[in-house]
Amino acid sequence: MQYLRPAVVLLLLFTLLTGILYPLALTGVAALAFPWQAGGELIARNGKVVGSALIGQNFTDPRYFQPRPSATSTPDPNDASKTVDAPYNAANSSGSNLGPTSKALIDRVTAAVEEKRKAGWTGALPADALTTSASGLDPHISPENALLQAPSVAKARGVDAEKLRALILSHVDKPWLGVLGERRVNVLLLNLALDDLT
Amino acid sequence: MTFTGWLQIGLILGLAALTARPLGFYMARVFSGESTLLSPVLAPIERGFYKLAGVAPEREQGWLAYTLAMLAFSAAGFVSLYAILRLQAFLPLNPQGFDGVPPDLAFNTAVSFLTNTNWQAYGGETTMSHFSQMAGLAVHNFLSAATGVALALAVTRAFARANAATLGNFWVDMTRATLYVLLPLSLVLALGFLASGVPQTLQGSVDTTTLEGARQTIALGPMASQEAIKQLGTNGGGFFNTNAAHPLENPNAFANILQIWSMLALSTALLVTFGVMVGDERQGWAFVQTVGILLVVGAGIVYWAESAGNPLLTTLGLDPAAGNMEGKEQRFGASMSALYAAVTTGLSCGAVNAMHDSLTPLGGLIPLFLIQLGEILPGGVGSGLYGLIVFAILSVFIAGLMVGRTPEFLGKKIESREIKLAMLAVLILPLAILGYSSVAAVLPSALASLANNGPHGLSEILYAYTSAAGNNGSAFAGLSANTPWYNVTTAIAMILGRFAYVVPVMAIAGAVAAKKKAQPSAGTFPTDGGLFVGLLIGVILIVGGLQYFPALALGPIVEHVLMLAGKTF
Repeated sequence: MQYLRPAVVLLLLFTLLTGILYPLALTGVAALAFPWQAGGELIARNGKVVGSALIGQNFTDPRYFQPRPSATSTPDPNDASKTVDAPYNAANSSGSNLGPTSKALIDRVTAAVEEKRKAGWTGALPADALTTSASGLDPHISPENALLQAPSVAKARGVDAEKLRALILSHVDKPWLGVLGERRVNVLLLNLALDDLT
Repeated sequence: MTFTGWLQIGLILGLAALTARPLGFYMARVFSGESTLLSPVLAPIERGFYKLAGVAPEREQGWLAYTLAMLAFSAAGFVSLYAILRLQAFLPLNPQGFDGVPPDLAFNTAVSFLTNTNWQAYGGETTMSHFSQMAGLAVHNFLSAATGVALALAVTRAFARANAATLGNFWVDMTRATLYVLLPLSLVLALGFLASGVPQTLQGSVDTTTLEGARQTIALGPMASQEAIKQLGTNGGGFFNTNAAHPLENPNAFANILQIWSMLALSTALLVTFGVMVGDERQGWAFVQTVGILLVVGAGIVYWAESAGNPLLTTLGLDPAAGNMEGKEQRFGASMSALYAAVTTGLSCGAVNAMHDSLTPLGGLIPLFLIQLGEILPGGVGSGLYGLIVFAILSVFIAGLMVGRTPEFLGKKIESREIKLAMLAVLILPLAILGYSSVAAVLPSALASLANNGPHGLSEILYAYTSAAGNNGSAFAGLSANTPWYNVTTAIAMILGRFAYVVPVMAIAGAVAAKKKAQPSAGTFPTDGGLFVGLLIGVILIVGGLQYFPALALGPIVEHVLMLAGKTF
């Protein structure tokens, strides 16, 4: 019994301090000092929110650069116990969780490779273009992946492919301090710039 | 593998080593009751808390009273967290309108956060209200870490004191760990995460219209505050289903470095604190070296395995230059994902920035093995330190057997009672891991949860119970763990891994504290030099790791061989 009072009282006090005061105070500071980050780095165009700079979105139109494959899903509207594919569902992040010897993985990549070959990609293919990301919401692709897409996007838009290559190169994010992280291109920001260009 | 890849790994580990000394000294001051820079602000709050709780801070407890206080506090935490999760539909801050969490999942989650495991059988953004995240889960991120620190301090004092009947006061140690260490560091870290792009809002989600005109709902919430303590307290329970791989939880390289540093910071610093408090700082650094060597080797193997890529995909035409990118994020690539995977499992953190289920067989073997070694590299906040001390006791015992002298550690004679209790603690993990894995491997309802066939399926089961018993919380997440079987059995494994481990350790502390402290003589085996570090590494690998070899051979090792032979499942 001697343990009950301190256990319960300290739990209550720390719930107030670390569970209510701490996050709320930080929310207040965030709203004042970092409003853009605190709200999820939302991008607006013509008064409409078109997405977050940090979250990838699904592009299927040949006039846009395509993101990495995504393994996210959503509950099946006909049967709630099942799920259906819903790429870039930012309300339910998920990876494929397929292991390296999974037949499902090999079949999926084989089909994707065929598609890329049909689109005219030659040589060794950038791995990010054929593999799903951990979150299913990866906003980035590799610069190599983007450059390989340039000819088909240029054709769909009727612009010079050289111009698109220059656009891609100006959108490459370099590793932080030159070392940390990988080279990458944010697909949404690239596509927004593409819309501005043509 | 590239030079920059290795440079990234070296830079981040170096950063953690650099901060270990100042943080370690600071904690030694805090837990010796000395005043610190923050005392003018925090001391009145601390005194107020003790007054309301009826705690007499100067009254110390023996090992049993200390342990009972810890158990009572954990029990109270379990009841309140279970209630919050079940009742979240009726509680405030539920902008998405989530229902209460089902009983088996709420039980599993409450145990998971209480034991500092943070195994996620739930997807955060589709299950938990903001209130559950903030006032439920995040509170236990603080308190389970503070409990770990308190237990480690009790064990530290057992070696620092001579002929002592008491080990400190649990309520005081836990309170000071939260107020003076976890809360201020979390505040600073959370600001760092905010600046790097992690959201912090009470909004539930935002609807956007994509460039192609589709609707995209983006889940938001109070993340920066939670991210900070989740890493610092080596908890690892993410706001999102995909944890720190989610671009909102971990938006860029800067945030990723903060994440890796903050998981390593306190566990490493506590090793220094131990050295300072027992009056031999070199002992602390001997532990840091042991941990550092094993961790660098582990991270190196994961990086080597992941950067080689998946040969089955290379055959299909993929460029292996970027490594195995299935289940990885482009901004992190193979190097930062490999380091994160090794650190999060060497520690009992369990946050992930890549999906471990999609790692190559050997890349996945290492995280699994690092947890099985007992979460001591450098382990959870507090729990890693007392785990290492158990292995240190076993090491001096084995060395003593070889030369025929009574083993001593830091001037304390290690006798049969201590060795029996240490072995009891060490055997809990294989019992829970191998016991449950072997049952699940033949149980049809458990096998129905597998996402991968062949040896990788066994690895999924093995990883689940390893993660639970080791109080890690990361997963081979293809396994559908939200079933009554897995929810109940992993919860029991978590309880065994935390409480059945620490009670014998506290009994050792009680026995050691009562002993006198012998002065070192010419025949004393020095435990702060290179020879001891080598011996300790050997004992950790042989006593801690070898028993899992048959299971690992049937899982990741055979999968690696079959992958090279081109076999799929």
